[in-house]
Amino acid sequence: MKHQIPMLILSAVGTLLVVSVFVPSAQHWGEDATLYFDIIAVFAFFLGGGNLIRVHTEKVSHKSAGWIYSVVTLLGFGIMLVTGLFKIGNPNGIAGDLSKSGSYFQLLFQYVMSPLNSTMYALLAFYVASASYRAFRAKNTEATILLVAAFVILLGRTALGVLLTNWIPAQLSVLQIPNLAIWIMNAPNLAGQRAIMIGISLGVISMSLRLLLGIERTYLGGDS
Amino acid sequence: MIALLRVAKFVVSLCSLLFIVSFLPGQSVYSQDTASSVNNLPPITVKAYDTENDAGSSITVEWSDPGYWRREGFNGYRLSRKNVASGIEDSLDVLPTGHVLHEDRSVSDDSSYTYTLAVLINGANLTSTSTEVVRSSKQWFDNRLTWVLILGLIICGAVIYFIESAKRGTKLFLRRIAGLEAIDEAVGRATEMGRPILFIAGIQDMDDVQTIAGLTILGSIARTVAEYDTKINMPVCTSLVMTAARETIKHAYVTAGRPDAYNDDMVRYVTNEQFGFVAAVDGIMVRERPAACFLLGAFFAESLIMAETGNSIGAIQVAGTAMPAQLPFFVAACDYTLIGEELFAASAYLSGEPRQLGSLKGADVGKAIAMIVILVGVIATTIASAWNSESMLWIENLLRQMFSTG
Amino acid sequence: MGLIISIIVIGGGLLWILYLSIKGRDVDRRIVYLFVGTTVALAIIFRLEFGEVATPIVKSVFDKIENLPAGSKIVLSYDFDPAMAPEVNPMANAFIRHILEKKHRLYFMSLWATGQSLLSVSLDSVLKPEFPDAKYGVDYCNLGFKAGNEGVLNVVITNLRKMFPSDANGNSLDSLPMFKDVESLKDMDLLISIGGGKPGVKEWVLFAGDPGKVAMAGGSAAVSTPLLYPYWPKQLIGLLGGTKGAAEYEAELIKRYPRFKDKSMPALRMMGPQTMAHVVIIAFIVIGNIAYFRSRKKGEQS
Repeated sequence: MKHQIPMLILSAVGTLLVVSVFVPSAQHWGEDATLYFDIIAVFAFFLGGGNLIRVHTEKVSHKSAGWIYSVVTLLGFGIMLVTGLFKIGNPNGIAGDLSKSGSYFQLLFQYVMSPLNSTMYALLAFYVASASYRAFRAKNTEATILLVAAFVILLGRTALGVLLTNWIPAQLSVLQIPNLAIWIMNAPNLAGQRAIMIGISLGVISMSLRLLLGIERTYLGGDS
Repeated sequence: MIALLRVAKFVVSLCSLLFIVSFLPGQSVYSQDTASSVNNLPPITVKAYDTENDAGSSITVEWSDPGYWRREGFNGYRLSRKNVASGIEDSLDVLPTGHVLHEDRSVSDDSSYTYTLAVLINGANLTSTSTEVVRSSKQWFDNRLTWVLILGLIICGAVIYFIESAKRGTKLFLRRIAGLEAIDEAVGRATEMGRPILFIAGIQDMDDVQTIAGLTILGSIARTVAEYDTKINMPVCTSLVMTAARETIKHAYVTAGRPDAYNDDMVRYVTNEQFGFVAAVDGIMVRERPAACFLLGAFFAESLIMAETGNSIGAIQVAGTAMPAQLPFFVAACDYTLIGEELFAASAYLSGEPRQLGSLKGADVGKAIAMIVILVGVIATTIASAWNSESMLWIENLLRQMFSTG
Repeated sequence: MGLIISIIVIGGGLLWILYLSIKGRDVDRRIVYLFVGTTVALAIIFRLEFGEVATPIVKSVFDKIENLPAGSKIVLSYDFDPAMAPEVNPMANAFIRHILEKKHRLYFMSLWATGQSLLSVSLDSVLKPEFPDAKYGVDYCNLGFKAGNEGVLNVVITNLRKMFPSDANGNSLDSLPMFKDVESLKDMDLLISIGGGKPGVKEWVLFAGDPGKVAMAGGSAAVSTPLLYPYWPKQLIGLLGGTKGAAEYEAELIKRYPRFKDKSMPALRMMGPQTMAHVVIIAFIVIGNIAYFRSRKKGEQS
């Protein structure tokens, strides 16, 4: 029963969503199903938040290794929750837009969360460099082609590409590095991406059918 | 003679002056006789019809403007509607230049209407004749998707056929997928080293099929983990995934005969915030130094940050995603990568269950169709454009029609 | 001068690493990080800037906005978070400047919760100070964030008020003049989504632009841009990819409207560090290959 009811819901909603694509008057069924998922997902936030508080409170109370970071986590969670929920400092009060300038939530967002997030994202620049250094080796013909393409793209995405090849006459402008970079992205890269996307779409169809037919149940804690 | 010359000179000067004046702004000859020019134009034609492939309550009004919009003082088109039964007239909207079509979505399927269009020029209304009586209705099938339905049915039919034939005992060949073969090796290595394994099911919720695919692989991995008595650590970024992952791991431990070893804290919620989650995962990697990292699900810009951190701690890494933009990062930084469809094939491959394997064979039929269509399309388009072959053009148009929903 | 100092410092270091590689020493990943960090820092300190020219894929978006008649309705969706903001926010600001300069009507919205706060920053730092005459509800409005990802698009493409009965400030849409002739996104003249994750440009194409037959343009983080090329030029009239795309748009904007020359154009400034970082990455790839061929040669000899 524990698995049969979720399976039934899945099959019914899945079929409904497929039907809603083809039947115009059933389109709102699909929209409604999406909305219901969102409503359920919002309530599930409590589960996640509760788990976060429990795990970190336990760490603090047992003074486990790194417990001080758990204090920071709990404080961050609490402060953002309170300032956002009660719209503290919001110029238009509790009914106003949460992101109005002046509200504490907006200040925390702008001056704490934004820089922290950007910092994490900026790590990509370093990791791209180290991964490129390791991966782009001319080990064989295919790897050499990849290496050359990488060079063209790297140069083509900067003004350096223009500086290096703007002497090439307009008739041969396709050989200018920025145009070559666009060609690589548009022709070979696009062809490869499309092939992968076709494979993925067929994989999704096959997986979705397994789910709708109840053949695949591992994610429900059942046997496949 | 001199008088004649003077008259001629005067006429020429006058003509030149008029010619110059005609080019001055706001003084064009064109604008001076706007009314007569407008009156000379044929009347605007308007037609109204039930909007196709919709859920009803919509009528499309279309008109062709013979040139009124070019006239100075043109202020737009005013569209009016009349309910035939009640006789009530409504002015719907004033539409600016460029509009030749309006979809009226404020009608009832139970009433009939007529429409008139007025061209507004310098406050004057030039009204078109009324359209024929029209009534909106809902359609039960979106005709634009006929080919999508046919192709979908063929592929789904093939999947179901192969599932059934696998159930009857037909042997199906499946190529070796190195990334999946490596799972046992990775878990074994973690056991030998006495270190945990880390599993990340992407950063999307349960409404993403990649997350579900990740969790189905988690089932197999968790069973091996339970058998080997290794520690599994799974930070998640959505609450629903946390609940589903706990159920999956719990069941795997029960199946392996070790329900006592299961602990809810194996799966921990961290945050929904993408880079907050990455920071937490990187921290876990650096502190706990897992021997194996599994990154299987939907990943975005965080893919390389996680994979490179895993690489730096020397963990054996198996990654898989259906996000084409992230695949190069995984290929560069991980030991094994499941590319796109391999992620969805993984659960079938690992379980070896005939019905699941059959579904993979069905998808191969789709691939064969795609290959044939691409090949035929390329040949037809090439021949059609090179030799202007009508039959090839017909094939090209047919394929375009099949794969467009417009 | 800055460029010369940067070239000497970075070039000297790279030559030293090349020498070590030839000697058979491995380059630690931290050395790579150090070089990338130093390069970017030097380029920022010395404010290295390079000229940009709009490529066709960017120019087509610019031309579309440029050629739409005044008063056209354009949606600008902030579908990104603070992490992506440094890369894609310059695109959003450039679009705001261009759209309001051309006297179009601008409808802001967001499918990301974090987008609303970032939009608020753009309104306060770009729109209000640079376009003081723009009236809320007449020239621009903020619909705010709505949860539901592509589900939101699924609804607003047929009925905007079902998802957004009011704007972010709680005003009923019917009370705002610019919504008088707007029932759904199908009534818009151009849709622009700026993002890089999900939901983002791709979802906008699949659930709004394509089914609604509305012209659609996008701005995306560089890492996700390759995924969007399949949609150009049919489903997407143009695309701004990463800092480079934003810089090209800014350059085109300045070229057409020189009054923006004095305004903050962060993408053009960021292209200096990006160019230098790319050069360093290329140098490391070359060094890596030299080291690889050397070790392979040694292996063959032994």
